[in-house]
Amino acid sequence: MTTLLSFQDLRKEYFGVPAVRDLTLDIRAGDVVGVIGENGAGKSTLMNMVGGVVQPTDGEMRWQGEPYRPRSPGDATARGIAFIHQELNLFTNLTIAENIFVDQFPSRFGMIDRPAMRQRTADLLQQLALDVSPDTDVDSLAPGERQLVEIAKALHRDAELIIFDEPTTSLTPRETARLFETIERLKADGKTILYISHILGDVKRLSDAIVVLRDGELVEQGAAADFDVPAMITAMIGRALGGLYPERTSEPRDDVLFSARGLTQPGILEDVSFDIRAGEILGLFGLMGSGRSEMARIVFGLDPLERGTLALQGRPLTGGVRQRIASGLAFVTEDRRAEGLLMDAAIADNLSLVAIEEFGRTPLAFLDKTRLARRTGQMQADMLIKAGDIRTQPARALSGGNQQKVVIGKWLMRHPALFILDEPTRGVDVGAKFEIYALADRLAAAGSGVLFISSELEELTGMCDRIMVMNRGEVMGGFDRAAFSDRDILAMAFGKRVPADEVAA
Amino acid sequence: MNGSARDRATAVLARHGTLLLFLLIIFVFGTQVPAFIGPENLGNIIKQASFIGIAAVGMVFVLLTAGIDLSVGSVMYLGPLIAGFAMRDYGVGVAGGLVVAVAAGAVMGSINAFLIVVLKVVPFIVTLSTLFFFRGFGAYLTSSRQFDFPEEIRTFGLSSVLGVPTPILFFAVVALGAHVVLSRTAFGRQVYAIGNDEAAAAKAGIRVGRVKAGVYVTCSSLAALAGFVLIAQIGRLDTGFGEGREFDVIAAAVLGGASLFGGVGTAFSAVIGATMIQAVKIGLVFTGINLYLQPMLQGLIIFAAVFLDSLRASRLEMLRRRFIRPR
Repeated sequence: MTTLLSFQDLRKEYFGVPAVRDLTLDIRAGDVVGVIGENGAGKSTLMNMVGGVVQPTDGEMRWQGEPYRPRSPGDATARGIAFIHQELNLFTNLTIAENIFVDQFPSRFGMIDRPAMRQRTADLLQQLALDVSPDTDVDSLAPGERQLVEIAKALHRDAELIIFDEPTTSLTPRETARLFETIERLKADGKTILYISHILGDVKRLSDAIVVLRDGELVEQGAAADFDVPAMITAMIGRALGGLYPERTSEPRDDVLFSARGLTQPGILEDVSFDIRAGEILGLFGLMGSGRSEMARIVFGLDPLERGTLALQGRPLTGGVRQRIASGLAFVTEDRRAEGLLMDAAIADNLSLVAIEEFGRTPLAFLDKTRLARRTGQMQADMLIKAGDIRTQPARALSGGNQQKVVIGKWLMRHPALFILDEPTRGVDVGAKFEIYALADRLAAAGSGVLFISSELEELTGMCDRIMVMNRGEVMGGFDRAAFSDRDILAMAFGKRVPADEVAA
Repeated sequence: MNGSARDRATAVLARHGTLLLFLLIIFVFGTQVPAFIGPENLGNIIKQASFIGIAAVGMVFVLLTAGIDLSVGSVMYLGPLIAGFAMRDYGVGVAGGLVVAVAAGAVMGSINAFLIVVLKVVPFIVTLSTLFFFRGFGAYLTSSRQFDFPEEIRTFGLSSVLGVPTPILFFAVVALGAHVVLSRTAFGRQVYAIGNDEAAAAKAGIRVGRVKAGVYVTCSSLAALAGFVLIAQIGRLDTGFGEGREFDVIAAAVLGGASLFGGVGTAFSAVIGATMIQAVKIGLVFTGINLYLQPMLQGLIIFAAVFLDSLRASRLEMLRRRFIRPR
């Protein structure tokens, strides 16, 4: 097979600090190449060079044997390189067809040639097995469907190389399966794929070859068959991790910390009951759309609840969000960027957000800045947040893992009794995941309860004392740690009911 | 199910809220004063709405890109004024005068576009400055005196074609033309794309600067045309002509459903909004409400309409929320 894209001693420095160092690599036409590495390993920088967003400091890229020096994203598109980013570049107020043709409408007599546009779009959608009308507004499509529209756009432009950057983060399992089928089909059509993801199992499953980056260098490459997940992790972090999950350091206590009884909200939840004991990590598993996050929002007081009662430390939990925070609830939301952090505010300001009222002094509640600075500084040290000056550096400048630590630290400032962690490790690299797990263990050891919501079953079985499974807004059942079985838990998540006796024990 | 029937009803209400409010206003005034809904008065409303309406169609283009143009009131003044000089001093006819007015508007729009697109100053500040600049230039030209147009312009302004008054005709042509441009041309669809996500539009290879320049030129050209059509009915131009009208124009566009945040609205938004404002104005006169209370009532009605619209938006949002199990 021929080489489609190659890098020769490629190097990129930012202010003298190398982000990619002397990288040499050939990408063969028709391969699916998995690219893995921790955050900051240089994946984004490399892709930005391929995409023409930034220019290399040194070295050379070749595209189909010719020297390739893109000056802008347009150059990359023109050569036949397409990106499917985590955040999609679609216009929600336009139709699918309009989105595909938006930069180059077919025209007849100065008007858009709608029939031609519709026909071409219908063909593309059919190729991708997306059964919707080309005139559908993108606004009304689910995330997975929108991604397929992006892929249709790439096909429309005859892309040879399609680069997927964390494409599954906002997809349901079914949408993910469909994406993988699509990728197989693209491969069968001779397209070359670069697949970047933190979900190593997916990378292994999809790829022909795997490339591992660390600290800007290519540390390993080879056929996907030669890698297994532990080997990939070792290559990424440069040492064996000694297991993916920290040892649990404590046992749940006997006293019930939190209890939910008969939570019902028409269309969302039906008769949900469960308890969490002090020092317990209760996993909540369910497919996308099972009502996991919806339940978390209801417990936290963000969404209405028609029937049912909640109690924390023996006292009923009522009122709005403010009251529930005061009672000892903390909620780490699944959307860190939009809901968990003020991205442009300083890290220290983010850390003090929840507890700020405790730092008021005098009747007018002027802030005691000294005490506040001391506490936020302490929190940074305590949480091992890797940052520069937390008083000036914005949260946006942190890696995903450190951002998540800021979110958790913000709640810790108030010493809550129950933590709801909704997908706390999403978009976080392997090393930082471990630290977040360790943190969950620390919270539990200190006597807090943790409701750990995740769509990665593996991390739940790795960390939780019990796992509760939801499906279509109902609790299907639960498992004690000794009875954890991936197969049974998954079967239950897909709707197979078992006696729910252990859950509301 | 009862619940879903009610949802459907609210969905219909929400989708056509503005139109229903419009009909309600007509109905209320009509029951107060039957003459209000006579064909003669309704024609009058549309005719008088055409002035704000034509400019509001242009404003919709700008609002769609999440921009704003505060200079339209001054363009309404300066555009026809330059046309007036051409007609009085250079013997240009009425048709020629119209072309000059629109061309002058296009030049003013280009100035706005240059400052916004090339110098990258925010539209609010740019058009606030040109609001003063264009009017000031007109005051300089006329030494702040009233400008009298040749008599023939009123013959044109008060004429009608097949019984349809010329201003209404212009209004209709502009609205239909704008509708075609917005919904059927690449330029129009790219306007919507930019309003939805400007950064993504740039990444998708749309020439954002060019499209944005286009909307400001369109807006000013139509504002100048609107001014000319109204002047043609009056025959003279006072220094205060068009002053403060930018707010009527923006209110009309928003009232009709265009969003200040871009990406939402159609050419017909402007038609409905402008007609609605005019209907309220005339209705208040008809019902004989204290003259001095009328501006306040107008303000209230505009607020109510836009408020209803925001309720409608959040209602639609709720309807779109996904349920995970049958209710």
